[in-house]
Amino acid sequence: MHPERRKRALLLIVILIIVGAAAGLVMYALRQNINLFYSPTQIQSGEAPINVTIRAGGMVEKNSVVRESEGLKIRFSITDYASRVTVIYNGILPDLFREEQGIVARGKLTESGEFLAEEVLAKHDENYMPPEVSDALKSAKSNDQRNKLEGK
Amino acid sequence: MNWSWFHTLGSPKKFYYLSLKWERFLLSFGALFLGSGLVWGLGFAPEDYLQGNSFRIIYIHVPAAVIAQSFYVAMGVAAFVQIVWRMKLAPIALRGFATVGALMAALALITGAIWGKPTWGTWWQWDARITSVLILLIMYLGIIAIHNTYLERQLSDRLSAVIALVGLINLPIIKYSVDWWNTLHQPATFTLTEQPKMPSEMWLPLLLSFIGLYIVALAIVFIRMQTHILEREKKTRWVRDEVNDGV
Repeated sequence: MHPERRKRALLLIVILIIVGAAAGLVMYALRQNINLFYSPTQIQSGEAPINVTIRAGGMVEKNSVVRESEGLKIRFSITDYASRVTVIYNGILPDLFREEQGIVARGKLTESGEFLAEEVLAKHDENYMPPEVSDALKSAKSNDQRNKLEGK
Repeated sequence: MNWSWFHTLGSPKKFYYLSLKWERFLLSFGALFLGSGLVWGLGFAPEDYLQGNSFRIIYIHVPAAVIAQSFYVAMGVAAFVQIVWRMKLAPIALRGFATVGALMAALALITGAIWGKPTWGTWWQWDARITSVLILLIMYLGIIAIHNTYLERQLSDRLSAVIALVGLINLPIIKYSVDWWNTLHQPATFTLTEQPKMPSEMWLPLLLSFIGLYIVALAIVFIRMQTHILEREKKTRWVRDEVNDGV
């Protein structure tokens, strides 16, 4: 390579490494602010501020959804399989909302540790499958459980 | 090593005539793949158990998002060649990839928003993945704008190349945003090391439409580059002959 070109190439690579390192450090310093939501474990350990608008995310726990007989008010708990947080919400839920679905809620944490949500978003996971496959998986699971119950 | 092919491609005139030859071939192959992938994916692939038909936007969204990122890499290579070797074709390639890459980034953001509304319940959220792709689009637009200033052609070429190179840092951030931080956007369905988290009757049409859109986008880059070559080389004899021939 021509020495002039080699010099330019080296200079460029050095600049890119320095800028890359600077960007990496900024990302590292901001890592908490870049997270879209707090997990239930973070909330339980007191990392999340109280009475400030934040987001909480986790899986809707099975058999935890309680709807009021009138109105849209709903209460459920979200979990990251280590801790749980109770969420209270009064509004329209996205179509994908159901038990064992990941959600992100925006709202405020009360002093009693409940989360008053103003908005609930469903989080989709990376798995896709046709309905027949999902049904087959579900029935295989329930067969398995039945077999276990019957002691087979 | 024989570098003559490199110098052949570096000549705007030779590239102009070569790309004219490739163009028709690329466009017809790309349209074939893209058409069959889209018909298969939108019309015949099974629906998703949870999202129903709205998941079908994946057949446009994922190809557009991947092309937007890989064209940025191509633009970065052109920028590097431009600064180190000062090849005449490099700023032309940079500009061609920037235009089509910006289109693809916009397409990925728009299709993502359309899918997000029914799936997540919102069409926009400042999550790390969505925001970093928006930054990608803004980088593309900024590079095009600087490239267009022409205060002094050498200066605007060099400045846009430097900015393109600095923006490369955004690419790993886009890729790993869903792993490093809590985001609303789901992690990758396709990885090089693992089985796709999707059955083959869903990902095969995606593969077809991905290959198709990639080839079509590349053909559009070549067509854009031809226009820029004619514009930049307008004082040369071969361009005058070429243009007068057509009249």
